[in-house]
Amino acid sequence: MSDIQAMPAPRGAGFNLHKFANPGRFLRIFSPILPWLAVFAVVVCVVGIVWGFVFAPADWQQGDASRIMYVHVPAAWVAMNGYAALAICSFISLVWRHPLADLAAMEIGPVGAAFTAMCLVSGALWGKPEWGAYWVWDARLTSVLVLFFLYLGHIALIRAFDNQQHGYRAAAILALVGAINLPIIVFSVQWWNTLHQGNSISLTGPSKIYITMLWPLLITTIGFYLAFAALVVARLCSAIMETRTRALLFAQAERS
Amino acid sequence: MMTRKKRRLWLLVTCGIGVGSAVALTLAAFSSSLTYFLAPAQVVAKAPAPGDLFRLGGIVQAGSVSKTVTEGQLLTTFRVTDGRASIPVTYTGVLPDLFREGQGVVTIGSMAPGDHDFIAQEVLAKHGADYMPKAVEQALRESGKWNPKFGPPPPASTWNDMTVKKANG
Repeated sequence: MSDIQAMPAPRGAGFNLHKFANPGRFLRIFSPILPWLAVFAVVVCVVGIVWGFVFAPADWQQGDASRIMYVHVPAAWVAMNGYAALAICSFISLVWRHPLADLAAMEIGPVGAAFTAMCLVSGALWGKPEWGAYWVWDARLTSVLVLFFLYLGHIALIRAFDNQQHGYRAAAILALVGAINLPIIVFSVQWWNTLHQGNSISLTGPSKIYITMLWPLLITTIGFYLAFAALVVARLCSAIMETRTRALLFAQAERS
Repeated sequence: MMTRKKRRLWLLVTCGIGVGSAVALTLAAFSSSLTYFLAPAQVVAKAPAPGDLFRLGGIVQAGSVSKTVTEGQLLTTFRVTDGRASIPVTYTGVLPDLFREGQGVVTIGSMAPGDHDFIAQEVLAKHGADYMPKAVEQALRESGKWNPKFGPPPPASTWNDMTVKKANG
């Protein structure tokens, strides 16, 4: 009896979050939610985009081109926070060697890269009519381009090794080193003169966007985050099932 | 006795601090070349040599724009100011739609030899971070709180949820 009492408490007793990190449990919880999440994401995105592109007023000076904001700004936020999620997964993967974090890092990469590409393309299309140039090499645009390349590098590196564990390790280190780019993107418009405008919305000050234009922006932002979550969860669920199927096939092959 | 997990955690934290401070020092050292444009005050303090390409950025000074058409080409002269200094700019070509007095611009070119004029090869418009419908801009202008000719709008908290009548122009 005394031996049993001396043993440490089982893991997960006090740390409830840990039990969601089990791939099997993740699959059981999220695969029934996934269709609802996907539908909800599409509905919120459509409401926000229609509101922004049809009903919200245009900017007094930019006219209808200012409506590109409703795609460009949420895409940029999701691209950056997606990378932050990638870095957190990489940290967990390196320190605790957690299989779900490895899989999540692998599946976040392409989705984050797609949102970054959306941000870059919509920004170029916005820059031409307003600034007079599709692209300039100022600190904000360049640092977001670096973010895109970091995503691409991560996508390639995590799939580049025959030993998948080596791929996870190497890609996690790349993701963590690249995370230094996130504060550079955020503060680039404050630290250096840029052609890109400063932040319209900050956590500390008032929003510089008129309220009737701000609402659809917030709705599309929520919609884009939901879409990101739905895409990552869908990819993650199929990745878990793929890993399982492979393990089962291996086991069967060894038995026969 | 450290567990392996703890050792990996501390290793990562130490590497993070190391890489972070290295990048911070590098950015601080190169901050002058990371800046996309020079403000007029910076140009006055340390003028680049005539003929050296650089970018000059600031606000188009109210009342300084004059346009003349010579040989089918639009020649525009205006002054770029940052509130402390102002530099006369000459530009031949098509201006971006957003170009107006009080608007931010970034111009690419060089100082003309001899005088203090800036010869621009390219003019880009720099938009501020403020977005408002036409009705709000009209209301601010009519109440005398803002004239776009003189630069950026007043603090956002004074207008970002003000009520305006549905203006018809």
